[in-house]
Amino acid sequence: MDYGVGNLLSVRQALEHCGATVTVTADHDTLLASPRVILPGVGAFSNGMGELRRRGLDRVAKEVASRGTPLLGICLGMQLMLDESEEFGISAGLGLIPGVVVPVPAVTDLGLPQKIPHIGWNSLVLSEGRRNWEDTLLCEVKPSEAMYFVHSYMARPLDGRHRIADCLYGGIRISAVVGCGNVFGCQFHPEKSGLVGLKVLRAFLQYADVPAPA
Amino acid sequence: MRNIRLIARLDIKGPNLIKGIHLEGLRVIGSPNVHALRYYRQGADELIYMDCVASLYGRNSLGEIVQAAAQDVFIPMTVGGGIRSVDDATYLLRSGADKVAVNTAAVANPRLISDIARRFGSQCMVLSVETKHIGPDRWEVYTDNGREKTGLDVIAWVKQAVALGAGEILLTSVDREGTRKGFDVEMLKAVTSEVGVPVIASGGMGKPEDLLDAVQKGQADAVAMADILHYGRATVGDIRAAARAGGIKVRVYEPA
Repeated sequence: MDYGVGNLLSVRQALEHCGATVTVTADHDTLLASPRVILPGVGAFSNGMGELRRRGLDRVAKEVASRGTPLLGICLGMQLMLDESEEFGISAGLGLIPGVVVPVPAVTDLGLPQKIPHIGWNSLVLSEGRRNWEDTLLCEVKPSEAMYFVHSYMARPLDGRHRIADCLYGGIRISAVVGCGNVFGCQFHPEKSGLVGLKVLRAFLQYADVPAPA
Repeated sequence: MRNIRLIARLDIKGPNLIKGIHLEGLRVIGSPNVHALRYYRQGADELIYMDCVASLYGRNSLGEIVQAAAQDVFIPMTVGGGIRSVDDATYLLRSGADKVAVNTAAVANPRLISDIARRFGSQCMVLSVETKHIGPDRWEVYTDNGREKTGLDVIAWVKQAVALGAGEILLTSVDREGTRKGFDVEMLKAVTSEVGVPVIASGGMGKPEDLLDAVQKGQADAVAMADILHYGRATVGDIRAAARAGGIKVRVYEPA
């Protein structure tokens, strides 16, 4: 989904490397006819939502999700899937995953200042209450393997069952992978996370072939 | 503590990967992207492409090399050498770069730092600094691949650049570059104690253990490696293992 936000070249090339045929488009019919849709994005939440709305793509994204088509949000694209964000005042999101987007805390769990944005390679850990990553986008990824993050805000899903993986930043859990039926999001950049990141994209490309989580 | 990043640095001249000593006496090593792919597969955390003749456009240019790399290499790439404007930065970011590194043009026109940071975010704007030791606790900024003196003090310059929006500093010791004598730890210490943004230590890595000093004493956030990788004295995997054995936190990476 091309809504004028961010550089789509790397996402495209990573998907093609995984064997996918990729169309970068804002055309509603093409998106609705696609077997899989990716919502990329960098930058501020309200700007991203504004650009989606201006092209009518907020409605298309909701329609894609409601039809059961696998939909993956990357970085800002994941955050846009939640109900609302606190970035620059309250902005409404797509509401595909219940929850809010809040700033990454600028202090650690011990009260020490930490750098914002959160940039760099960080290990994935199982979200609370999750025993493994079977039947998720992380089915080929092992806990502690690292992904590449660049962000200042983070998604906070309301329902713990929608949290698949977190990373720890200054001792604070940041939601790194979310999933709700056919709707997925990853806060890191799988297209910049080396061979491990490509495993996530491959899992998304094969998603329809595995049973959906209960 | 964050993971310390292990970065492969590729110095480019025309179509070739090159390596010098003190950034001079350049020797051709081979094809940049053959090496890039090798270091990516070995588990490098990032790549830095630095063009020493600043050929941004045209055939066999930096832009073309980065575009080709971006088809097979899926880790963050920083690209520098010859960036003089926001348009140059835009061109490289569209070619697949994630960050741009600016040295000479930023010294000539410090506003370029704010212009790039405002347009793309500070995390995209890497200040490249080439330095020579000129006296006790004093280092001077050089430009044009270590050839031109500027009269600027390194500490004052990095502080100014960070205030203008530089999000990261690539600190290359011209004195140590290509010598295999280890990093200039005193300079690293002086810089990292003055700025809050990540600092990449560059120049002088002779053996894997050299990075321990750069990180533990110099407080570097990342280490750039060239000679040690190009001449096959160690792989990224060897260096990752040495870092971990020395008590440094690095990302978990298990080659496929």
